[in-house]
Amino acid sequence: MTDTSPDLPAPGKSSKSLLPDHDRRQALRRKRMRRDKMSRWGITAAGYGVVLALATIFIYLFYEVAPILRGAAVTPQDSYTIPDTGAQTVQLLLDRYEELGIQYTDRGEAVFFNANTGVESQRFAMPVPAGARVTSFGSAETISNTAAFGFSNGEAIVARHDFQITFPNDIRRINPQMTYPLGEAPIVIDEQGSALRLIAVENMQRGAGGTAVAAVTEDGRLLLANITTRTNLLSGAVQVNRSVNTLPAVPGRAQKLLLDKSLDNLFVLDDRGQVHYYDISTPAQARLVQSVDVGGGSRVTAAEFLVGAVSIVFGTEQGELSQWFLVRDAQNQYGLEEVRQFNSHGAAITSIAPEYTRKGFVVVDAAGQLGIHYATSARTLFLESVAERPLQQVAISQINTGLLWLNDQGQVVSADLWNEHPQLSWDALWNKVWYEGRADPEYIWQSSSGSDEFESKFSLMPLTVGTLKAAFYAMLFAMPLAIAGAIYTAYFMTPKLRGVVKPSIEIMEALPTVILGFLAGLWLAPFVEDHLPAIFSFFVLMPLMMLLFAYVWGRLPGAIRNRVPDGWEAALMVPLILLFGTVCIQLSPWVEIWFFDGSMRQWFTDIGITYDQRNALIVGIAMGFAVIPTIFSIAEDAVFTVPRHLTQGSLALGATRWQTVMGVVLPTASPGIFSAVMMGFGRAVGETMIVLMATGNSPVVNFNIFEGMRTLSANIAVELPETAVGSSHFRVLFLAALVLLALTFVVNTIAEIIRQRLRQRYSNL
Amino acid sequence: MRQWFKSGTPWIWLNGGAVAMCMIMVIGLIGLIAVRGFSHFWPADVAVVEITSPGGEQTTIMGELVRSQVISAAVARDSGETVPDDIDLVTRHLFKLGNRDQTGRDFVWYLELGMSPWQYPDDVFVIERREWGNFYGQPLALLREGNVVSTPGDADFWPQLQDAVDRSLALFREIRRLERGEIGRINTGIERLRLDERNLELNPPPADVEARERARIAEATARFEADYAVLREELDAIYQSTRRDTLRMQTADGTEVDITLATIVRVTAPNAMSVFDKLVQYVERLWEFLTDEPREANTEGGIFPAIFGTVVMVMVMSIIVTPFGILAAIYLREYARQGTMTRIIRISVYNLAGVPSIVYGVFGLGFFVYFLGGNIDQLFYEASLPAPTFGTPGLFWASLTLALLTLPIVIVSTEEGLARIPSTIRQGSLALGATKSETLWKVIVPLATPAMMTGLILAIARAAGEVAPLMLVGVVKLAPTLPVDGTFPYIHLERKIMHLGFHIYDVGFQSPNVEAARPLVYATALVLVMLIVILNLTAISIRNHLRERYRSAGD
Repeated sequence: MTDTSPDLPAPGKSSKSLLPDHDRRQALRRKRMRRDKMSRWGITAAGYGVVLALATIFIYLFYEVAPILRGAAVTPQDSYTIPDTGAQTVQLLLDRYEELGIQYTDRGEAVFFNANTGVESQRFAMPVPAGARVTSFGSAETISNTAAFGFSNGEAIVARHDFQITFPNDIRRINPQMTYPLGEAPIVIDEQGSALRLIAVENMQRGAGGTAVAAVTEDGRLLLANITTRTNLLSGAVQVNRSVNTLPAVPGRAQKLLLDKSLDNLFVLDDRGQVHYYDISTPAQARLVQSVDVGGGSRVTAAEFLVGAVSIVFGTEQGELSQWFLVRDAQNQYGLEEVRQFNSHGAAITSIAPEYTRKGFVVVDAAGQLGIHYATSARTLFLESVAERPLQQVAISQINTGLLWLNDQGQVVSADLWNEHPQLSWDALWNKVWYEGRADPEYIWQSSSGSDEFESKFSLMPLTVGTLKAAFYAMLFAMPLAIAGAIYTAYFMTPKLRGVVKPSIEIMEALPTVILGFLAGLWLAPFVEDHLPAIFSFFVLMPLMMLLFAYVWGRLPGAIRNRVPDGWEAALMVPLILLFGTVCIQLSPWVEIWFFDGSMRQWFTDIGITYDQRNALIVGIAMGFAVIPTIFSIAEDAVFTVPRHLTQGSLALGATRWQTVMGVVLPTASPGIFSAVMMGFGRAVGETMIVLMATGNSPVVNFNIFEGMRTLSANIAVELPETAVGSSHFRVLFLAALVLLALTFVVNTIAEIIRQRLRQRYSNL
Repeated sequence: MRQWFKSGTPWIWLNGGAVAMCMIMVIGLIGLIAVRGFSHFWPADVAVVEITSPGGEQTTIMGELVRSQVISAAVARDSGETVPDDIDLVTRHLFKLGNRDQTGRDFVWYLELGMSPWQYPDDVFVIERREWGNFYGQPLALLREGNVVSTPGDADFWPQLQDAVDRSLALFREIRRLERGEIGRINTGIERLRLDERNLELNPPPADVEARERARIAEATARFEADYAVLREELDAIYQSTRRDTLRMQTADGTEVDITLATIVRVTAPNAMSVFDKLVQYVERLWEFLTDEPREANTEGGIFPAIFGTVVMVMVMSIIVTPFGILAAIYLREYARQGTMTRIIRISVYNLAGVPSIVYGVFGLGFFVYFLGGNIDQLFYEASLPAPTFGTPGLFWASLTLALLTLPIVIVSTEEGLARIPSTIRQGSLALGATKSETLWKVIVPLATPAMMTGLILAIARAAGEVAPLMLVGVVKLAPTLPVDGTFPYIHLERKIMHLGFHIYDVGFQSPNVEAARPLVYATALVLVMLIVILNLTAISIRNHLRERYRSAGD
């Protein structure tokens, strides 16, 4: 308060008033008021700021997770007439930069045009043999840019478009090109010279490589040509070797051929909605394996492989869409099975365009609707009418941000597309998903892999189960020790001992978990592995030993017993536990020799139990250790603050000390103990370093105590630094963080509210 | 017996047993770390053992005993050892053999079967090297430029050797000074010039200014390059000079190995040392551990950068968290209207203390690093893009994330302190005519200072031990530079740092040679535990002291 007392004149020196004059007092008062206000505003602002900063955590996590839930958005941009209106468009494509569109026509031409204006930029004509005409078209997987034209003389040509990108003056220029990987000369597919009515082509990149062309001739024969090429290094000439086999006849009139990338399987779709599956792994002995009705009784109007050429999507004239792939059964036989269905379009499907790098596809139908679906998550992200007229063709760009569609009058519409996270949905995250190449739907977390064709598998179930498993075993270890310890410390222990015990256990809470994790992983895990019998016998027999000791102690002559007053039982237990522990460890190898053929770990493996060195048992002990102080400290407070008059009343009525604990203390303190357990659980759920270091971090779904797990938190720590910002993986990890945040926040809030209630109740008692 | 069970006594004993278990675990854990950590620095004797294999072959090994184990014969047989059928249990010993460059096998288990009595010859040398770890062997001669100057038989062999080692160490320090200091300065200068040049391209000033700038940059670059050429020559000369001395050694199997002194850290003969010598050696090594930089992918050498990084990070964090935590607590306790809303906020803030730390890390990485950092880079560090300055994990973001993480701790503790101050004191001040802010700043806050201190200390202890969020927002396994140094602006908030806790995780779990790293991990853990226990004990004693003080004030 120095402000209010400016230099006072020495008393007695002046006859004037000792107080400052009116104006100065006013000024001073104003100054003080100003300061008061400033302080108020400053503190309030800081208070709000801090609350806001903490709220930002929630808001930001939501903000990062929210795009997962959004569907796709399609914004039509330009509309124009397709460059070549005279011919039928057999395929429409869009390049990676969404600058050029490609129209393959039934006259054997590829027309490149500006995707925004429709102005033709370049046109390539296939080298059609003299006197022949184009009779069929088939495209390989779109990312390979390869297509085949079949001619009326039984020959075919394989063409590949390419984009040469140059940067003259730092401006991107894309020059389309057309190459013929098997040479410019058409290849004879049908020696008999019959027209090729249907054709399919595919390249095999792996192994020996090579190209296969499947075709159906006008007279209904199914042919398979396997073609390999060798380029002469000196002349540059391409030498083509081909072998053509006639496959067993198609039972029905073939409509479309689908050849997979391993060149092992051929699917022939007929006009009654049946698919005939041929095993062509040895072309000379190709056989028809299976005929399946994929249309559900109606005609299938469109069929396309998804990227990777494993799954096929069929669209029927009713507008139904379904995904099928080969599944291996118990006899090791492959068969085509329906995996999932998508939202129906309600009108005949006319064209399906698979995405280039993901398992999604775009569909147009005869009613002018555009649908965007995603296979793995079974999500329909977009299904709206975009045109008055029936649509014929659709194209999607390689980076999934642009679309082109074509109606039956030759009108093309280009559109922008936002479709970032189609593979995530509630189902995909929490339910079993049937992935390609698996026999059954499963929970899998596998976020990355070495290969490009790999599909990330984001099931949060293995991580959530792992989190709960770790927390469960930790609580199993911690709860009895912490609660029993708390009751004893608060109610039975002498104050002198309590003054040592309580701070020690509280300091334990501050121990960095990285130290616990490192000890668990580097010291405890190998120790437990080497001394398995000791660990089990210790946990099982220790309580019995304690009881035995207590009994014997009770029988000892009073002279010895009275030396140790009540409340020191715990101190007596220390040597007992140490002694018994040592005995267990010393006997451990002998027990192994007597009962387990020398090694208990090996014995586990022999009887079919998987044993990992870093397992749930280790995590349970280490994390239990981290959780004990949390539970202990809160539970001890709850028991200790039970009003004295209650316990004294009980004792006065003749109850023993233990009866008082069970009948009076515990019922009163139970909400506090419950809240302690909740807090401990919250801590166990979010703990990162211990599980990271003391488990193998394998995302398995089981509760085996001898296997590891991967928890949500450890998963974040492992994967977040390595993921691409803004990707689906990134957002799933944020979702995992949000789940953790919400979970612990709710658990802690409940615990806190219970505790506050309890405090009120005590003050009323 | 039934009576005894009915009385409840056994249950009391069981409860007591639980407490005893907890205490044993706490003390055992700290004891384990202390024993393993402290023993790391003790110069262990080097044993020479002859082993006769069941086939009759003889091998001689030389190394330090790491630990011994009793295993059942079945396990030994499984791992490919030959054990006679009449033996049930065998003892095996893990030896640190060193000489990684010679044999490639650093740590090897040997069964006790067939071992001759262990010998500890006085002339066994342990050579700590900067590369390839320790070397164990017996000396043959000291060479200078290829000529023998001294042999172990000479009386002055040991002093000569020590002189040579000291000389090479001095040269090494000189090299490091030149490389880190002088050449580092030149590099920083050239990098700054490059940024200036890029800035000119991004925001071209008037032509004459630009020409002048360009001339200046060209001239400065030329000067730096000239400086560098001189230094390079100097360095080459020193490098040449370090290769002068070589020590010729003999390994356990009789191979002669020439070790150039340029790579040597220390030569000791532990078997010949007295307890006092070992004690001196112990202190020396402990000091080196605390003050030196790590070597050999962090598995050897010291942990100074990790200690320094932890301390700097915690300090920056304290500077951020203290004012905000305290002001927020004052607001909640003194200014906010105590209603449902305040209660909800309070419970929320308290609960944030229980939110998993990794969540803060995720938030820090997404919001601070990518969002804030990315924008800062766009605004202020355009010249150095696309290399991020603040748009990448670093010291500042690590501190800020931890500040957020520890904010609830400071708030809770400060609020507790404020709540403890008897209202009579507050009313007294107001009754004397003081305004609210005067009461607050001159009466309440000084009284609550110890509580704030407690909160801060607890926050520091928490922050020092936290690893999970730091892995995401700025801690790395090896930082090339310290966050504080002699070049402007002295504190480099954007730099990545090393951290004790992360060091433990990294060395213990990510290093290729876990066995070699193990003692170092224990020692690092010991440093961290001591730091945290001391901080916590301080906080507890302040809190207890505080309670006493108010108990009397409240009466």
